[in-house]
Amino acid sequence: MRFDVGDRVRTQNRNSLGHTRLPAYLRGRDGEIVRRLGAFPLPDVRVSGSADAPKEELYTVRFAAAAVWGETAQEPDVCADLFAPYLERAE
Amino acid sequence: MSVHASDHEASAAASNRVKRLVAELERRGILEERVLDGIVEDFLLHASPANGKRVVARAWLDAAFKKRLLDDAGAAVAELGIDMSHWAPVELRAVANTPRQHNVIVCTLCSCYPIALLGPSPAWYKSEAYRSRVVRDARGVLAEFGLQLPPETKIIVWDSTAEARYIVVPQRPPGTERLSEDHLAELVTRNGLIGTAAV
Repeated sequence: MRFDVGDRVRTQNRNSLGHTRLPAYLRGRDGEIVRRLGAFPLPDVRVSGSADAPKEELYTVRFAAAAVWGETAQEPDVCADLFAPYLERAE
Repeated sequence: MSVHASDHEASAAASNRVKRLVAELERRGILEERVLDGIVEDFLLHASPANGKRVVARAWLDAAFKKRLLDDAGAAVAELGIDMSHWAPVELRAVANTPRQHNVIVCTLCSCYPIALLGPSPAWYKSEAYRSRVVRDARGVLAEFGLQLPPETKIIVWDSTAEARYIVVPQRPPGTERLSEDHLAELVTRNGLIGTAAV
């Protein structure tokens, strides 16, 4: 799935047993696409030594503090760089 | 900020694994030690916070350069002869502090860091304490570094989880209007480029 700047997204809530670049504290969180960084080989596959890891779109996603730490959290907002397979469209 | 003992232990364990791996690759004739040393030396020779300081000083003096830096940092630093793509394609991002917004960099997953622009990272940057706390209590962590931000300044934490590396462009200190580019560069600190200091 491809996203544009301004799109609302939700991160997967997946207990990955392999390599992932989706930090646990950002699983199942709502955020907003703030930048498209281009396509890069997916580290989740590349880590196993695969020379032909699929390229996936990478996005900077901004999360409000309350979306990450709970509604009483005022700050900080966090931006993380997340691959398309970690993201789904949010309402 | 102190580094927890477990970080040193983890670092020592990783270091031992790397040494054993290198020794095994040499034993099998896959790698020559002097070749590896040459590659590392060549990389570190040009990797220094002096690069990041130079970039910031230029941004302070040249608004058009600053705009290009924030838009496409890799291309902008290449104008100054700095090569970010020594090992692998790396996307460089520069984020600018303003009176309304302060930026701070972390890698919560490991220790990703723009080595070409800042040199090797400080031990605290790799510590579990910094990595786990700055995303949750940035204001508290920055205060421990001696940086007290006004309440109206919003803090954004940039977690370098993938192919992008980040540097902070601090605000130009007041009273520096007459300084040359070289003198301005001297004002910039490594911590300022990470976001744990004002400049």
